[in-house]
Amino acid sequence: MNQADKDPCAHCEEMMQPYLDHILTEQERVEAEAHLDECDWCRRRYRFEESLRVYVRQAVNEPMPAELKRKLAALRIPLN
Amino acid sequence: MVCVEDATRIATEARDRVRFEEEALALSDQVFRVARHLAASREDAEELVQETYARAFRSWRSYTPGTNLRAWLLRILTNLNIDRGRRSQRAPQTTPLEANDYYLYDKLAADADGGGTTDEERVVERLSQDDIVSALSAVPHDFRDVIVLVDIGDFSYQDAAQILDIPIGTVMSRLHRGRRILKRELADSVLEDVT
Repeated sequence: MNQADKDPCAHCEEMMQPYLDHILTEQERVEAEAHLDECDWCRRRYRFEESLRVYVRQAVNEPMPAELKRKLAALRIPLN
Repeated sequence: MVCVEDATRIATEARDRVRFEEEALALSDQVFRVARHLAASREDAEELVQETYARAFRSWRSYTPGTNLRAWLLRILTNLNIDRGRRSQRAPQTTPLEANDYYLYDKLAADADGGGTTDEERVVERLSQDDIVSALSAVPHDFRDVIVLVDIGDFSYQDAAQILDIPIGTVMSRLHRGRRILKRELADSVLEDVT
């Protein structure tokens, strides 16, 4: 009896980050997808995690101030 | 003949340096995006990026052409950030709270409609931009550095390991725990907004 047999949703939760990072082994990936195919509860939570990752990237993206860009260009070492 | 050789060498070096500076400046938006959340504040990030470029322009010869320039710049930046004594940042140094991976969704969905049929993309929109920025800044820097480099800066585990000078296994474990800490912070911020 492996861990997934005890509580498949808890096991699926443990697999979520490595699954979305594409670092599961082929066998682990197949196991995770077999559970996701039949478990809407876990599937929702995986989809949420995917949305969250995109949302966080967008939320923290601050444009670089134009003034800073000018200051960086001014740091260049002049040609003699 | 010696003079001609010297002139050729100087001209080649000048050309290489100009090329290096232009390539580095073209990456400045990406460097700033990462620096903004490695540093404690926007002002600190701006200073850090300037110091990074000043140092990079001085030591351009130590960069190996053809290797990852963005990672090279970030390595300078993270070292400077540590030198600047970032440990005074506001992130608490106590053991951070983390929850399981489904915790945040369960909190948000429960608040939305009792956990029934909920569109995952709408659930995530319950988090404001301020919620996310402040939750990220509350994640202790060891974990935050990895999240910022990998999830926001798009660096590979290998690049993040080299930039932070830590083993790749440590990058992976900190990323895993850091995301859980971030989600716990987000869940707490949403609960605070409700109360």
